[in-house]
Amino acid sequence: MQKEFALELRRKAVISGIGLYLFSLIFICYLTFSLRKNSINEATWSALFWLAILFSVINSVAKSFIGEKRGTFIYYYSITSPQAIILSKIIYNGILCLVLSLAGYGLFSIFIDNPVQDKLLFITTLLLTSFGFSASLSLISGIASKANNSNILMAVLSFPVILSILLMAIKITKNVLDGLDRSTSYDELLNLLAINCILTSLAYMLFPYIWRS
Amino acid sequence: MKTWLKLTAIALLFYVHIAGLLFDVPRLNILNETIRALYFHVPMWFGMVLLFLISFINAIRYLGKPSPEMDRKVVAYANVGLVFGILGILTGMLWANYTWGSPWHGDPKQNGAAIALLVYLAYFVLRGSLDNEEQRARLSAVYNIFAFAAMIPLIFIIPRMTSSMHPGSGGNPGFNMYDLDSNMRLIFYPAVIGWFLIGLWIASLRIRIKTVEEKILELEDEKSA
Repeated sequence: MQKEFALELRRKAVISGIGLYLFSLIFICYLTFSLRKNSINEATWSALFWLAILFSVINSVAKSFIGEKRGTFIYYYSITSPQAIILSKIIYNGILCLVLSLAGYGLFSIFIDNPVQDKLLFITTLLLTSFGFSASLSLISGIASKANNSNILMAVLSFPVILSILLMAIKITKNVLDGLDRSTSYDELLNLLAINCILTSLAYMLFPYIWRS
Repeated sequence: MKTWLKLTAIALLFYVHIAGLLFDVPRLNILNETIRALYFHVPMWFGMVLLFLISFINAIRYLGKPSPEMDRKVVAYANVGLVFGILGILTGMLWANYTWGSPWHGDPKQNGAAIALLVYLAYFVLRGSLDNEEQRARLSAVYNIFAFAAMIPLIFIIPRMTSSMHPGSGGNPGFNMYDLDSNMRLIFYPAVIGWFLIGLWIASLRIRIKTVEEKILELEDEKSA
């Protein structure tokens, strides 16, 4: 697992690339909307925010299997079990997603606006969604990396699967933006947690079947 | 499939079509005669979910013990389920056009259903883009299981949490409330069973066609070799 971190951190170019991607995405949002200053309302804010996060997350997690060379796979295969690999991938990608969404949140509040009222709840949501995204996207990236046109396939396969997470997150965001009481979002948070558990355990159980080839 | 099951399916659907279109239905505002959509629209969703469930179970069985036969089953059931889903959405749009005023209303149930269909369309795209047969079967079985698990919250949980104009949710009564003398049930339940049996029948035919095709290919291979 630590090896995974070391390996991934070594690919600094990829990480800075993703960071720049996120930055330019948000900057484009800023530029296109700043013509009508202050015209952005809460619904647009949450839509823009989640779109930016979604695209950067899919792009970054897709790299986790697709970008790797054939030799690395064989090397992994010989040293550890598939379960260890998928777990470390999920944890690594989860942290990456969390960092990305926190950075996105920071950039959004600098450039556009920060209408979030209950920050703690919002950050909890970001945490839960990051791990949900990483669990489902890691597995799907594993599937897509075996196919020919893997980049398109990655997007096609992942959108419907992560939509349920995204819908929950958007609902909580709406509650947070409207300044509703924290207790109104507990249902959604619990649901998010449950979906996360299901997806992670499924990814854990199913990954060995992908890995064998 | 057993012959008597096929005959039952045909008889049930004959009964459902005649009775569903001709029998008396409760008179209600706005809904009026469109309440008959219950006999044709709702069974589609029951059929779709059941067929996807069978496909899901077969996918698990495939991973437990891989065989090309099982893979054929997984695909056939998913395929027929997808057709049922598309028909369900089309009949729903037809109904919505008359009661809600437009075919697509952005209702949570409509959106959930559309996403569920996207999942299975993606499943077929995945199958199309893998060349190796054994790998295709294995990876698509994995995706099938994963997608089914992701679909459940979409069509069963999220629509129940939000308000919706769809009958049976968000404070809108389902047919239990209208149907005081349970006459509609006499047609509705046979419709569900009939359509489900038809779905099974189509799937079994598809499995047999695929099996025969593969046999023919094998024989031709032997001949040319």
